[in-house]
Amino acid sequence: MSDNPVNDRIQSEIDENSVVLFMKGNPMMPQCGFSAAITQVLTQMEVKFKGIDVLADDELRQGIKEFSSWPTIPQLYVKGEFVGGCDIVREMYENGELKELLDNKGVEYAS
Amino acid sequence: MAMDAADIERLIKEGLPDAEVTIQDLKGDGDHYAATVVSSAFAGKTRVQQHQLVYQALQGRMGNELHALALQTSAPDGA
Repeated sequence: MSDNPVNDRIQSEIDENSVVLFMKGNPMMPQCGFSAAITQVLTQMEVKFKGIDVLADDELRQGIKEFSSWPTIPQLYVKGEFVGGCDIVREMYENGELKELLDNKGVEYAS
Repeated sequence: MAMDAADIERLIKEGLPDAEVTIQDLKGDGDHYAATVVSSAFAGKTRVQQHQLVYQALQGRMGNELHALALQTSAPDGA
């Protein structure tokens, strides 16, 4: 436990869920094109993921940027590890690295 | 709230002096850019670390004045 409650919350979300997307809006209704792009990739790959809407929580919106040392949203975490934002995820999807990463980490797909 | 392509390039080069920077204004609105950055500082680093170096060079502007900067980073061949 750190003395920063937001960090603790983020840490437990990424510990408890194998794939977490910190995003603007929710997976059903993304509120930003970049969040929509990653949602689309994950949906297409039939990956089970938890979308967390940072617009609903200003503390989280700032907190996640510091937590990851990453200035923008969306942010994708797989098994507790920061994978990247929209550019990186898209690039990894296109060259097959994302599938490889998810398989290596034993991520579940929707059946 | 927008930034000039020239300012973006200058900041990146201040942070990464050997960088070759190419910037495209994607929509012509001074708000949505794509940048390709090649620097020897990226050698041996993960993509996340490479992008973090560029964000550091931009000194907090990314996500603030600078809304959208699609990044592509790489080390020069042979580095």
